[in-house]
Amino acid sequence: MNKKAAGNGKSEADAGKMLQLRLYVAGQTPKSLAALSNLKRICTEHLDGEYELEVIDLVKNPQLAQGDQILAIPTLVRNLPVPIRKIIGDLSNVDRVLVGLDLRKPEESEKSGSSRSTGAKA
Amino acid sequence: MTTRSKMIEIDPASNTPAQPTPLPKSPTGIQGLDEISGGGLPSGRTTIVCGGPGCGKTMLGMEFLVRGAQEFDEPGVLIAFEETPEEIEQNVASLGFDLKKLVDRKKLFLDYVYIEPSEIQETGDYDLEGLFIRLQHAVNSIGAKRVFLDTLEALFSGFSNDGILRAELRRLFRWLKERNLTTVITAEKGDGALTRHGLEEYVSDCVILLDHRVREQISTRRLRIVKYRGTSHGADEFPFLIDDQGISVLPVSSVEMKHEVSNERISSGIPDLDEMLGGKGYYQGSSILISGTAGSGKTSLSAIFADAACRRGEKVLYIGFEESVNQVARNMASIGIDLNQWRKNGLLVHEAWRPSQYGIEMHLLRIHKLIEKVNPKHVIVDPITNLVTGSAQKEVYSMLVRLMDYLKERKITTIFTSLTQGGGQSEHTDIGISSLTDTWILTRDFELNGERNRCLYVLKSRGMAHSNQIREFVMSREGIQLVPPYVGSGFVLTGSSRVAQEAKESAEKLVRNQEIEQRQQFLERKRKALEAQIMVLKAEFAGEEIELERAISEQQNRENQMELDRGAMSRLRLGSSDRSRVAKGAKSAGGVK
Repeated sequence: MNKKAAGNGKSEADAGKMLQLRLYVAGQTPKSLAALSNLKRICTEHLDGEYELEVIDLVKNPQLAQGDQILAIPTLVRNLPVPIRKIIGDLSNVDRVLVGLDLRKPEESEKSGSSRSTGAKA
Repeated sequence: MTTRSKMIEIDPASNTPAQPTPLPKSPTGIQGLDEISGGGLPSGRTTIVCGGPGCGKTMLGMEFLVRGAQEFDEPGVLIAFEETPEEIEQNVASLGFDLKKLVDRKKLFLDYVYIEPSEIQETGDYDLEGLFIRLQHAVNSIGAKRVFLDTLEALFSGFSNDGILRAELRRLFRWLKERNLTTVITAEKGDGALTRHGLEEYVSDCVILLDHRVREQISTRRLRIVKYRGTSHGADEFPFLIDDQGISVLPVSSVEMKHEVSNERISSGIPDLDEMLGGKGYYQGSSILISGTAGSGKTSLSAIFADAACRRGEKVLYIGFEESVNQVARNMASIGIDLNQWRKNGLLVHEAWRPSQYGIEMHLLRIHKLIEKVNPKHVIVDPITNLVTGSAQKEVYSMLVRLMDYLKERKITTIFTSLTQGGGQSEHTDIGISSLTDTWILTRDFELNGERNRCLYVLKSRGMAHSNQIREFVMSREGIQLVPPYVGSGFVLTGSSRVAQEAKESAEKLVRNQEIEQRQQFLERKRKALEAQIMVLKAEFAGEEIELERAISEQQNRENQMELDRGAMSRLRLGSSDRSRVAKGAKSAGGVK
């Protein structure tokens, strides 16, 4: 398991504010690599270190796909804070990723031209 | 091609026929389905099972998996998109399938794929590799040979990018085929199409359509193999049933009529009736129709046959649609037949249920199942006409054809009773099955002089010289007796008119006898008178005869005397001169006379 903890020494009490992210990939496919690099960029630009990221390669650990109900690859799962959010795809659309992670209101994302998607809730 | 030939080697259970058919098949173990599909589903290929909601798609898939694991040693993977493993376990527990045990023994792998569209956001390019990985993991962990995906269409609601989805589905089916996994996928029936999302475009090896219809409050499930590439299959709609033993598809009636026939003859239980049937009774394995109006003795005739068969130690299955088991037993006791004793020792299996209880196919299936279970030598269905109340006539007809076919194949003698409407034409059965039966016995009531009398006659009986007589039969404590027919003055009489006619005839006979006696006496008297007259005449004659004889002898004496006298005279004349005196004297003597 490729674990990348990017927290900057916050205490357990603050964990509620922390984003707990898991990125599921399947081997070193272009889509997986693109998703990973896109995610890293988003994290550094928008998350300010308030997150934990776990990258899971299902080729190595196929049994883990069941737990988070992974079908599509790549899938980014936000386990915390609840509710669970899933973002599938190579994460190339930054606005959508941010809406998916509840970090931005869908209204703001409309400026970027993307339609209201199923994942976004007001 | 190499994978397929390998398939044949590693799949000993696949029912490959002896002919060089290239398509190996994996038996489903589902009763009847393997028969109509010619051995099962195509091995290493994908089969679509489609149909509306609640038509039994999931049940079919589950049975395919479970039976594969239990009976054919082919472990299976279930990927469920709609129900959790717990729910599925509960659902199939009613069929006696213990999924947990199979999972523990690594015969089955359950994976629940849950897609919640509201928590998924799509951004950018993706594929469904996760599904493949899960499938691969499941297959690898138990060495699965069968896969059941229920139902892939859930993917369409989970992902909005149709293009990606369709490409991935195509890849999935290829992937399954490459791994030689015998797969069943379910799909909802679409409007005007087999499946709502056109899955049949990707899978064209085998498509099975399930249907669930309700007509007149009775539901019927049907199954049809729409397509089965590379094999011949039954293309009709076959009714099927889901009960506590899973799915059973109605076995096909064979197209060719090539069942063997028996020359064995069996008694009808009534010696006189046997006599009418060429002297020996029915043929074993033939179908017998007893039709007649209400109360004409159809059930009694059937029960007597059953009783006789049980007496010979042969198993009988009695299926009643009209009277309960106990009612028939009680009623038959009144004509001296104890059916309960046979039921107790297992020779008679008597089942009764309401005809309106199921659709026609259910009846047929239930009868089939009973026959499989009981393995009887004879079957009685009493009466078939009641089935019509539950279903359309055409369906009943086709059901009966199938049933008869099936029974003939198993060489089971069958008695069907059929109720004909009073007043109508009795030589017409409601369902028109008379042409299918080998022997047709018609019972009917004759109304005459204020009474009804039961009669029976053999309308037809294939393969034997049967009687053409209408015979009256009488039911009593001793059973059924055929009364010797009154065949008097050119017509047949029954009941009291027969008795009256017989009495009248005997009276007439008496009178005739008396007349003859009188004439005989008269003649006797006449003879005696005649004899008396003869006696008198004879006596008279005898008297005259005696008289005559006396006269003759007198004459003789006289002549003798005269001779003597003449001699004396002549002596006198010769001795003296008075010879003339002698002559004179002689003359005078003559003159005296």
